[in-house]
Amino acid sequence: MSVRTPETAAPLPAPPPRRAGRDGLLETPRERWIRRAERRGPLVVLVAVCAAATAASPSDASWSDVSTILGNNAFVWLLALGMTFVITTGGIDLSVGSLYALGGVLAARASSSGPWLAILLPLVVCAAWGAVQGLLVAYGGMAPFIVTLAGLLGARGLLQALTNQGSTTYLVPAHSWFRHLGAGTWVPVGIVAVLFALGWILMERTGYGATLTAIGGNQDSAVLLGLPVARAKVLVYLLSGTLAGAAGALAGARLGSGVTTIGVGYELTAIAAVVIGGTLLTGGYGTIGGTVCGVLLLAVIHHLIDRYLSQYGSAMTDAVNGAFLAVVVLAQALLERSRRR
Amino acid sequence: MTAAVIEPADGAGTRERILDLAQRYGVYAALAVLIAVATALNSDFMSVSNWRVQLFQAAPIVLVALGMALVIGTEGVDLSVGATIALSASVIPLYIGYGPVPAIALALLLGAAAGLVGGAMVAFAGVQPIVATLSLMIGLRGVAELMNGAAAKPVADATILDLGEHNLAGVPLMAWIALAATGAVAYTVRRTTFGRQLVAIGDNKRASLLAGLPVRRVLVTVYVLSGVLAALAGVLIVGHGAEADPANQGLNMELNAITAVVVGGTPLSGGRVRVLGTVAGAMFMQLASAVLIQHNAPTSTTQIVEAVLICLAVYVSRERGTR
Repeated sequence: MSVRTPETAAPLPAPPPRRAGRDGLLETPRERWIRRAERRGPLVVLVAVCAAATAASPSDASWSDVSTILGNNAFVWLLALGMTFVITTGGIDLSVGSLYALGGVLAARASSSGPWLAILLPLVVCAAWGAVQGLLVAYGGMAPFIVTLAGLLGARGLLQALTNQGSTTYLVPAHSWFRHLGAGTWVPVGIVAVLFALGWILMERTGYGATLTAIGGNQDSAVLLGLPVARAKVLVYLLSGTLAGAAGALAGARLGSGVTTIGVGYELTAIAAVVIGGTLLTGGYGTIGGTVCGVLLLAVIHHLIDRYLSQYGSAMTDAVNGAFLAVVVLAQALLERSRRR
Repeated sequence: MTAAVIEPADGAGTRERILDLAQRYGVYAALAVLIAVATALNSDFMSVSNWRVQLFQAAPIVLVALGMALVIGTEGVDLSVGATIALSASVIPLYIGYGPVPAIALALLLGAAAGLVGGAMVAFAGVQPIVATLSLMIGLRGVAELMNGAAAKPVADATILDLGEHNLAGVPLMAWIALAATGAVAYTVRRTTFGRQLVAIGDNKRASLLAGLPVRRVLVTVYVLSGVLAALAGVLIVGHGAEADPANQGLNMELNAITAVVVGGTPLSGGRVRVLGTVAGAMFMQLASAVLIQHNAPTSTTQIVEAVLICLAVYVSRERGTR
């Protein structure tokens, strides 16, 4: 064991406030560059990847590429939006993949009774599911990781029970306007963009967002400050569950049926997108803009691999995504450390 | 209890004591009740053939859960174990031509390498265990599928099939291996310096560092051990199924292992490793789902019961005295 100062040898539990340098005090140019790299890094990498892909491709970036990247998986990005809020509080929500599938099945099942019900039912059920998880975390004092792991299993079980172990497939009626919500490129992208904008306002411009950040930074301090910590935590899991349900309902509208097998492992992709975007997994700092860059980066990489390395299939996508995530978290850890030095 | 037992003065009421006992011995009691109920419902449950089947199913989970218990003891978590199983499965058909021993050795070596990468990210770069191992979980399964190809490959080597199918003294060889691993891990945790250091780091990493413990080395070793145990489980799974199928083998294994550890009474906050409890937890979850399946319960019920069991176990073992 080499003799080093404790500060460099062990990661400190709580990150220092990110905007310490805004008032111009105590920030060297070097620190400013590190801060900028951390904040703008995801955007820079996204632009670089897009530019490299455009330069390397024999044809120019075509509209169909953009449409494929945006339209096909826009709904899944809502999982990352909800996850950003949860991770900002220092928690984690593993149940979103299951709730996504559950939302789709509930929407398809309810759509025969009318499109409004098809929208409301998944939202209500998934919100309730998230609220129960939040209550267990906030008032039961149980670890979010385990509570939402149980939620992952339980929601899959409920989904299986609803569909007679997956043997019943509910279809959305062909003439229901509910189907239009998921059709094409612009309607899904518009809905998702509006929700992301609302999420940005909630995170950056409201007291609730500040409370979430404070909880993630130091929960005990937040309690002592008199912030409504328990309530905010319940609400954050409720929000994440609701967004997962909404994403599932919209996916059900796009697919035209309730597919029971979707959503497996999506919680991990969502976490990866959030982390790539620069949100700290330890809590205390969350950025919606970063999450947008994170989901777009993963989508662009996925599309590029599909296009140029399709002979290897999804295995190549997994391998590249894993390596990319590892590189990103290592870079974040190194930046964090060099800032402290 | 005798008077010599010193109870903490603050808030050690009857309820606290019951919860504490439940956390310590609850899993054994639950296992006993489950076996009693299952036998009452169906007398075939105690038959040798049924127990053999259950042991075949439980042995790989026990191996993985032992490694997971060590990692959780250091206040970490290893999500990459399922992918490590796939990786070790994928090299068996590729290198079986050199003979079973080199193939198995290579599989275990790759497991160690996977653990080394994860452990180095955690210990040296200071990355959160959950993301470090998440990136491995996503990446390694992709690598395993690239090495093996999408379709499952049959494995016909006698040694490897014996590992998965053979019975020794009427008990599956896999169960003997799991038993040996349990003994080794229990000895390591209780009787070796490494085990004490591991628990100390899980309890308070900073204090351990200031006390001069080799924190980084211990952390890396723990993840390497977890990787090797997962790779061993992968070899056994290949032997039992007589095929290598990296797309499906080891899926959700990390969740099963974490469940077994948590049900066994190891707190997720680190600082304590309950080896026998982990084995009992793995057996309990395996037997519980087996009983439900034998009584024709649908998968939905099995999953919901599992979720409720996890919640109960965590409720009992959550940190007390914080409120």
